Amino acid sequence: MKIAVLSGKGGTGKTTIAVSLALSLPGSQLIDCDVEEPNVHLFLNPEIKEEKVVNTLVPEVDYEKCNFCGYCAKICAYNALSVLKFGEKEGEILLFNHLCHGCGGCILLCPEKAMKEATRPVGVLRIGEGKGIKFVEGRLNISEVLAPLVIEEAKKLAQEDGVVILDAPPGTSCPAVATLKETDFALLVTEPTPFGLHDLELAYEVAKALKVPAGVVINKAGEDDIVEEFCSSRNLSILLKIPFKREIASAYAQGIPLVEAIPDYKVKFQELYNQIRGML
Amino acid sequence: MKVCVTAQEKDLNAQVDPRFGRCQYFIFVDTDNPENFEAVENPYKDAPGGAGVQSAQFVANKGVKKVYTGNVGPGARQVLESAGIEVVTVSGTVKEVIGA
Repeated sequence: MKIAVLSGKGGTGKTTIAVSLALSLPGSQLIDCDVEEPNVHLFLNPEIKEEKVVNTLVPEVDYEKCNFCGYCAKICAYNALSVLKFGEKEGEILLFNHLCHGCGGCILLCPEKAMKEATRPVGVLRIGEGKGIKFVEGRLNISEVLAPLVIEEAKKLAQEDGVVILDAPPGTSCPAVATLKETDFALLVTEPTPFGLHDLELAYEVAKALKVPAGVVINKAGEDDIVEEFCSSRNLSILLKIPFKREIASAYAQGIPLVEAIPDYKVKFQELYNQIRGML
Repeated sequence: MKVCVTAQEKDLNAQVDPRFGRCQYFIFVDTDNPENFEAVENPYKDAPGGAGVQSAQFVANKGVKKVYTGNVGPGARQVLESAGIEVVTVSGTVKEVIGA
């Protein structure tokens, strides 16, 4: 079973929940899909056993064949190519790596068959184990933008049997959608603030659009019940509440998972998992 | 000499558009005969990405030698430089810029 932990708003406690849920379920696997800023490793201190480079497809021009007709630039949906024609057989093709999505359209459709497949590294997958948990981390190279590609490659390493927990990036844009796609459950982590609620609603709408069943964890819970009101209006189950406590924040700041700092939470996370199973 | 000025409106009295890739209009003028100009609405101004690259290629294909504009992004700059087009940063009206 694949459970994606997402929130919309950053800093609500996705990683806190994802790590503690994984540590409460023996044999589970935790995949850090926040490839722009992975931080699960800070709590698991995993031993990395393998690293795999993530490559994207890029076109390579065969200048012997190219006649600078400009068709590749015309059909590129991302405006990643520019063709400059200086003379009958002279010109230059400029590829803008950061605009290219690696779809291969230019390679496929070049009338002169002057484009061939090449690759370019954009990220790395780190695979290992920590605290008895199988660990996979996607890491996007600095200045790269193809986060969804790295996330999709990381997700290919998900174990077939047993529980897989995906720690999603904040937001509800492409990287969060890439994480949530084809998972069994969306665990929406929020906090009782107007921003937390606003982004919870966005995250919930994304899960609904992707037809992934969802439930809510309220982190830093206090007296304000704005999240409860929202959830009851949408028939959304609140599966766990974690109070706003200095003790929890302090453990987090030291890189200590919640279930290690307060072992009683292990049972609560196991109950959370059982509730999810019951909902599917 | 044929030049291009990015403009907010489609005539010579228009203010220069400070953005290159997402400018409103490209005004193509022959500086020896300024009344003979062509104003083209920028087809790439609302492109989700790569507007600068496409705009630069569009301008390069028109055979201009110079571009007068405000700011040029890195993608557009690379295309313009490769095409041998000089980029001049200016402000004011199109008329003032081309000295008409």
